[in-house]
Amino acid sequence: MAITAFSGSAVAVEAAPRRRSRIALVLLLPGILYLVLFFVVPLVSLIITSLESQTAPGSGVYQYGFNVQNYSDSIVQYLPQILRSFLYAILATVFALLFSYPLAYFIGVKARRWPLLQSFMLILVIAPFFISFLLRTLAWKTILADEGPVVGTLKALSLLGPQGHITGEPIAVVFGLTYNFIPFMCLPLYTTLERLDVRYLEASTDLYASGWSTFRRVTIPLSLPGIVSGTLLTFIPAAGDYVNASQEFLGGSSSAMIGNVIQSNFLVQSNYPAAAALSIVLMAIILIIVSVYVRRSGTDDLL
Amino acid sequence: MAGGFFAESGADLELKDIHKRFPGFTAIEDLSLTIPAGSFFALLGPSGCGKTTTLRLVAGLEEPTSGQVLIGGKDVTSTKPFQRPVNTVFQSYALFPHMTVLENVAFGLKRRKITDPIGKAHEALRLVELDHLATRKPQQLSGGQQQRVALARAVVNRPALLLLDEPLGALDLKLRRQMQLELKTIQNEVGLTFVHVTHDQEEAMTMADTVAVMNKGRIEQLGSPEDLYELPKTAFVANFLGQSNLFTGEVASSTSTSISVEVGGRKVVVPKARAQVHEGTVTIGVRPEKLTLLAAEPTAESGTNIIGPGRVVDVSFSGVSTQYVVEVPGVGAVVVFAQNMSFGPVVQLGAQAWATWTVDHGFGLSDHPEALTTDADA
Amino acid sequence: MSTQEALALGLATTAKPTPAPRRRIGLGTWLLPTYSVMALVFLLIPIVYTIVFSFNISGKSNIAWNGFTFANWTNVCDQQDVCAAFGASLLIGSISTVSATILGTMIAIALVRYRFRFRAITSLLIFLPMATPEVVIGAGLAAQFLSAGVPKGIGTIILAHTMFCLSFVVVTVKARVASLDPALEEAGRDLYGSPRQVFLRITFPLLLPGILAAALLSFSLSFDDFIITYFNAGTVQTFPTYIYISATRGIPAQANVIASAVFFIAIAIVVISQVAAQSRRKRLGKTP
Ligand SMILES: Nc1ncnc2c1ncn2[C@@H]1O[C@H](COP(=O)(O)OP(=O)(O)OP(=O)(O)O)[C@@H](O)[C@H]1O
Ligand SMILES: [Mg+2]
Repeated sequence: MAITAFSGSAVAVEAAPRRRSRIALVLLLPGILYLVLFFVVPLVSLIITSLESQTAPGSGVYQYGFNVQNYSDSIVQYLPQILRSFLYAILATVFALLFSYPLAYFIGVKARRWPLLQSFMLILVIAPFFISFLLRTLAWKTILADEGPVVGTLKALSLLGPQGHITGEPIAVVFGLTYNFIPFMCLPLYTTLERLDVRYLEASTDLYASGWSTFRRVTIPLSLPGIVSGTLLTFIPAAGDYVNASQEFLGGSSSAMIGNVIQSNFLVQSNYPAAAALSIVLMAIILIIVSVYVRRSGTDDLL
Repeated sequence: MAGGFFAESGADLELKDIHKRFPGFTAIEDLSLTIPAGSFFALLGPSGCGKTTTLRLVAGLEEPTSGQVLIGGKDVTSTKPFQRPVNTVFQSYALFPHMTVLENVAFGLKRRKITDPIGKAHEALRLVELDHLATRKPQQLSGGQQQRVALARAVVNRPALLLLDEPLGALDLKLRRQMQLELKTIQNEVGLTFVHVTHDQEEAMTMADTVAVMNKGRIEQLGSPEDLYELPKTAFVANFLGQSNLFTGEVASSTSTSISVEVGGRKVVVPKARAQVHEGTVTIGVRPEKLTLLAAEPTAESGTNIIGPGRVVDVSFSGVSTQYVVEVPGVGAVVVFAQNMSFGPVVQLGAQAWATWTVDHGFGLSDHPEALTTDADA
Repeated sequence: MSTQEALALGLATTAKPTPAPRRRIGLGTWLLPTYSVMALVFLLIPIVYTIVFSFNISGKSNIAWNGFTFANWTNVCDQQDVCAAFGASLLIGSISTVSATILGTMIAIALVRYRFRFRAITSLLIFLPMATPEVVIGAGLAAQFLSAGVPKGIGTIILAHTMFCLSFVVVTVKARVASLDPALEEAGRDLYGSPRQVFLRITFPLLLPGILAAALLSFSLSFDDFIITYFNAGTVQTFPTYIYISATRGIPAQANVIASAVFFIAIAIVVISQVAAQSRRKRLGKTP
């Protein structure tokens, strides 16, 4: 299935490439050139833009000037949004993992005896991919709205004060991020759990490990590749997302993320250097977190 | 289970009326047996007969459809695997791929909070001569090495009951003999109860106190290796353990101690004590090495059975002995093993020959003759 | 132990019936299935909501339920903006898919089948776009188009979509190429196939399922992309940017109709390909 591509490189058993030939160059060149032109060059022009300064204060015209101050200025100015982005992304990743692991375990391990059920449940997991991401989020906005059923029920149960809201609050943003990235978490988990050999679990219980102990010492380590690619596939887009946090969707004035700031600086205020500097900061932090994380979890070969 | 201590000694195992049905397939049919504490029990049978399933039921990895499992007199039928004083050497090894050899072996000890798990794990690895590979991952070992790690991982726990599912299958002959000795030593030393599943009848016969032959989810016969060999009770056992010549005929007459069966126009006598059925149509048999081949018709004596004459249709030399196949009209092929005491065959290919054996070497089977023929067709 | 004892102990069939074993009630027996069903229901809530509200009698905004109607389905293009945006998305999706699939398949074949210098850096170049947040890609491309003076429009959107679909195509097709037995191509050459014939008659047909899967993935990524598109769209509206912009003043029910229709078509494609794969597996299973 197409979507299993998300589960990343773990699938392919790479055969030793055998030939050196001019054909390789012909095959590679167009695609690589394309990536250089439309991925590498934009990153470079982003870096250049991030170092520009205004020709005259308030002119709105920028020119190159190795203006490193853009970085310190925007980091200081937008520190809350930067920290918030990573906090929300981490929370969403943790919640998505907690939500998805049991589900993926059931589909991948327990449902093996019924292949039809397995395929059916898998299709339901990826079903959200096939309906507009924005419409799904708007649907949640309506369901979680102040007049909606969820807030009403919570108020009736006194779990939410009479003035309480969900939408516009950080909780709604984290909820939306979690919901939207659950399939990205579920699929890689499913692909590793589906190949989990239950005989290891049997051997573990035979060696005096209780159910919990078996889960912690055998199931989790054996499904680590899925956990790592699932968390990356959730964390990276969640940290840069700005749809969930924008005020027309689930966010409010106090829940803006770095993505919202980049978007408004670039598209609304036309403050290109600030937007570019923040983009570079976002990318740098993500790359650092990802490489530390991948190294720590001992799954280097995943990249 | 009170963790932290090794089993003091082996425990006895009792299976009561066990049935195990998988969806659409009955793997175990009415299995009852008792294995006394400290014994070495071998389970022998063809592929797919339910040996692994039996072990899994004992280990608690499978629940019986009906029946009970008792270990040391305690009903453990609904106890979880990790609470049973049982360890298994799995047919597929099931070594944890994310742990080193040492971590694998220490796993059970750590779960039971036994003191000095690492030291004990090293000791177990030394026993199987793999201590120098302790830091490797299982994927970096050969098949036979993996098997020995699996053995060490189970044995190190000193379980009251050790289940071995073909633990020596991947080893070469020399290593296999050596491991057999090690296993026997461990078993004698601690007095553990071993249940050993194997395809190899020689291994079962040399190692076990008691051998059970399984077929299609049932135990066909259970007893000491000698008894199973000398006195098989069913055609299946007679042919699964070694080879047998089987004859079917009517009981013509019987005395207080023996029956006389009509085979190919001759009377063949079998002691009543060695025959399961004493009247009607019966199947009797004799092992090929018990037969003596003669080129001239022998004189009938009491205490000796004669069959023949027949024609020698095949002679094959196999070093220690020579195998003759004699086609006897009305009886069929009779196989004879003769020790190579002299140069050259006793009788030539195509010659006429008679076979004789001592009455006390014959045995009578319990199989219904019809069942036998359908069995043979299958 | 004597044999007699063993026999007596072993084969003595106890006459008294033994109780049926109690079934173990564990975490896995009911908790996990119940949770899984509830989790799936949760995942489907907004989908069901979107589909249900495509049948709502609604005016400009489609938030409160006013009654059932088929009108939105029969008159999708009454809302011209929705239809135009949908058309633009289809066009962009198709062109980006075709170009990304061609470029990506070529790279995938080269990566698995050939040895060349700069392998590691090529792999990194493929991996990085997938590890870069969309805002960064969007802003980077927009900055580049800005400095190069390229006007934003359908063209820039297509260039952007082709770029981010490319990596996903490479990953998907690479898995397929790697699982392809090289002996099949060798057999083709052995049987007097020219390199061209071998590629067209053996390699390509065997890769086709992987290529189709990659194309499907590309199309769905392109069709649903909002962030990168928004940075590079200019005045052009795709289906997602249309929804984003209309979110404040209310989404017409026709948008739900289009989203639902796309959903049903996509699910149908997935189900059909699953069934086809299943029956192919069964057919192959019978003749080992
Ligand atoms: N989970 C299961 N579902 C259905 N049938 C099963 C299952 N497990 C085992 N069986 C069947 O039960 C029978 C006995 O299997 P078992 O594994 O006990 O055989 P075995 O005697 O160990 O064979 P071998 O010597 O080949 O290991 C086989 O016919 C097998 O196909
Ligand atoms: Mg077996």
